[in-house]
Amino acid sequence: MSRRWIVYAVLLVGGLIMITPFVWQLVVSLQTVTESMRVPPMPVPSWQWHNFADVFRTVPLGRQFLNTVIVTVAVTAGQLLLCSLAAFAFARLEFPGRGPIFMLFLAVLMVPGELFLLPRYEIMQGLGWLNSLQALIAPGVFGAFGTFLLRQFFKTLPRELDEAARLDGANPLQIYWWIMLPLVRPGLLALGLLTVMWSWSSLLWPLVVNTDPEMMTLSAGLASLRGQYLTDYPILFAGSVVASLPVIVLFVVMQRQLIAGIAFTGSKG
Amino acid sequence: MLLTEERAAAKAAARPGRRPRRDWLWGYGLIAPMALGLAVFYLWPIVQTLYLSFTESGVFGGQTWVGLDNFAALFGDEEMLGALRNTLLYSVLVLIGVPLAIVIAALLNVPGLRGLGFFRTLYFLPVVTMPAAVGLTWRYLYNGDFGLINYLLGEIGIDGPYWASDPEFAIYAIAVVGIWSSLGYNAVLFLAGLQGIPKHYYEAAAIDGAGRTRQFFRITLPLLTPTTFFVMVITLINALQVFDLVYLMIDTKSPAMAGSRTIVYLFYEQGFVQNNRGYAAAIAVVLLVLILALTALQFRLQRRWVHYE
Repeated sequence: MSRRWIVYAVLLVGGLIMITPFVWQLVVSLQTVTESMRVPPMPVPSWQWHNFADVFRTVPLGRQFLNTVIVTVAVTAGQLLLCSLAAFAFARLEFPGRGPIFMLFLAVLMVPGELFLLPRYEIMQGLGWLNSLQALIAPGVFGAFGTFLLRQFFKTLPRELDEAARLDGANPLQIYWWIMLPLVRPGLLALGLLTVMWSWSSLLWPLVVNTDPEMMTLSAGLASLRGQYLTDYPILFAGSVVASLPVIVLFVVMQRQLIAGIAFTGSKG
Repeated sequence: MLLTEERAAAKAAARPGRRPRRDWLWGYGLIAPMALGLAVFYLWPIVQTLYLSFTESGVFGGQTWVGLDNFAALFGDEEMLGALRNTLLYSVLVLIGVPLAIVIAALLNVPGLRGLGFFRTLYFLPVVTMPAAVGLTWRYLYNGDFGLINYLLGEIGIDGPYWASDPEFAIYAIAVVGIWSSLGYNAVLFLAGLQGIPKHYYEAAAIDGAGRTRQFFRITLPLLTPTTFFVMVITLINALQVFDLVYLMIDTKSPAMAGSRTIVYLFYEQGFVQNNRGYAAAIAVVLLVLILALTALQFRLQRRWVHYE
């Protein structure tokens, strides 16, 4: 019995350490600047709700929020469609060169993202897409990871499914859309949640390709605040809360599916 | 798995023509959008970056071929050597945090634990939080004058440094945040690994009179090694590419930058602030080689300690 108490105590103390930064951020976002610099630090809010209005006035936070939503939705939808199409073909169709082409896809997975950035920047410059949402969406909808992940799901479906559908005269595209896609829904959900998470938070590419505050995502927008408003922590944190909240809410709601997705990448990776 | 696939392939081959031929077209057609996108935004950039790393940006734009000059310069560049050291130190520190995730996962896996969902949420929250927000928050907690961390250290008689401006300590401060951010993710992977260990091992061990601690070291840890290996590989790959936290927590002109500038941060500075495209490309290539080499090394060493059944 006493052993059980130790388990709970350790988990609880550890958990408190894990969420202290969140609590602190939330509390400071409701303080005045003077209160936020008090010694000793006091986690007591004085309900300065106007900090949240102020941060929308100091930066185009509303616009950046909208940008982030548009980019995240477009990237996620694109990933789901394109990855599942390719994954279906790799898992269920026979064609010459399938193995080598798939290996090429996998090779992309091994390469750190920084190797893509300079040439991508030049591509965007060439297209006149610097400071545009397309610049954030276009590279994001393609991904080797998603193709690999979904291929694992497609491969687990029984052969008889395609065979029966083919006897009924369905072509591969119809089989993909009407039969296979509904059956890999857990995979799509996992990929979708992971893509939302990554796309919402990614920093380096948005930072370099869109330098106009009106075209920034929340991540880059927040990062660009760090120099100017460094002493105004309440405002910074109000912005941080607004920026992180949507994904945190999504996680709390979809927790089981996201965790299952991550555990799956662990078992098949 | 493989057998059934081969059998199915053999069956398809045995059947008369027509269909497989049409399958080819469908196959190429369905992978075409993704293949095209990967070619433009991934494969071509790799080739281009390799090329750039052998060139130098001219004053009026354009690139001139300089052979291995960039690489030669890199290894005499104090900033690059510092970045290599900082990145490796950060990676080692974050790897040291991995056992922490095993402990948390093992505690979450205690049979009959109540509130699993609640605890899991607490530990996983940092994973889903935007790194930009995470960096800002921790920077505040690390503040030398009014930060919580130095206050708590002061309570136990330690005079904390100015973490974010001290080149000695900055990288340790960042590594703590790195561990904090990835703990929940790793714990989820370990939890899945733990749940995959068959119960009968523990039952047999209990019959033999092995206590909980002994079971943990003799059964849990060895059978968990495939997961541990996977977690170490991805943790190292991610740690070698750390950028966000440095960018958010350390000021551009802070003296701490010398002690915390990582490889990717230097890449960003050179490529996008100073516009030394060729030099930045060479940094990226060094990073690629470093990641491939260390990952290969881990795969080589796994034979010594990973148990596959």
